[in-house]
Amino acid sequence: MDQRFGQGEIVISKVDDLINWARLSSFWPLGFGLACCAIEMITTWSSAYDLDRFGVIPRGTPRQSDAMIISGTVTFKMADRVRRLYEQMAEPRYVISMGSCSNCGGPYWEHGYNVVKGVDRIIPVDVFVPGCPPRPEALIGGILKLREEIRKETLMAPKAVERLLNKQKA
Amino acid sequence: MTTEDIAQLIQDNVNVEVTVNTKQPQHEILIKNTDIEKVCQFLKNNNQLMFDNLSCLTGIDNGPKANTMEVVYNLYSITKSYRLTIKVMLDREKPTLPSVVSVWNAANWHEREAYDLVGMTFENHPDLRRILSPDDWEGHPLQKDYQEQEKYHGITVKYERD
Repeated sequence: MDQRFGQGEIVISKVDDLINWARLSSFWPLGFGLACCAIEMITTWSSAYDLDRFGVIPRGTPRQSDAMIISGTVTFKMADRVRRLYEQMAEPRYVISMGSCSNCGGPYWEHGYNVVKGVDRIIPVDVFVPGCPPRPEALIGGILKLREEIRKETLMAPKAVERLLNKQKA
Repeated sequence: MTTEDIAQLIQDNVNVEVTVNTKQPQHEILIKNTDIEKVCQFLKNNNQLMFDNLSCLTGIDNGPKANTMEVVYNLYSITKSYRLTIKVMLDREKPTLPSVVSVWNAANWHEREAYDLVGMTFENHPDLRRILSPDDWEGHPLQKDYQEQEKYHGITVKYERD
């Protein structure tokens, strides 16, 4: 590589490709967990599964984060906080819903008066990872899926503007 | 010391009505809701008993049919190794009883939990707020006839099939 790039040559690429490549290979989620899915998420970060190899590093503040992994049961008490954390993240921002609870309420769908029946009721979700809880492989699968989505993005039609336009239409 | 002995001791020293129930494996004494603080104060400070530990405090709703609520106190005497279960029956329309925070500080959060989920009011509690549900939650979720609210902060509560 140093032979190829070390002597002042230039690489020609599309801006889209360059930006998407940068975004998907330094994909920093907000480091927080809600319930038992968080244990699987932590395992995914551990040396055995090593999320770091995808450039996925947890950040301590929403201001520095690109994504949010909703790992666990979202209660109504937590819903306000989740929404606020999401709003504090800068665009472009992505959400992975991890596990049955945050996908649809999970085992609490009928009698869980305190559980939000799907985190997509409060924030837009990009990828749903099924499982109760999903194994680390499944979470990695979800992250790879999201990377594929990011790879397809283009500056000509940014998602956030599109969403805003849809909102104004509605 | 048996539950009957303890009940006798309470009757001799505190002027209250005490009923003993030994039908179940766990023997219990029943007292009136207004007497609970007096009795607990005695149980803690009496040299023969020294119930210095409130292991648990539970609120129970028996539903609109029975129209009663209960509060169960599980006491333990660390020095004497005695256990005691006290039950207090309440009117479901007006479930109030004195707080025992002045006797055991451990009762503070237990009573807040009973208030939050079952809905009985503890008089003279220093800080009777909800402990688990959000402050602006409607109703007490563990009541038998509890109906969840339709929306909370704009979020639909019920699960909907498409």
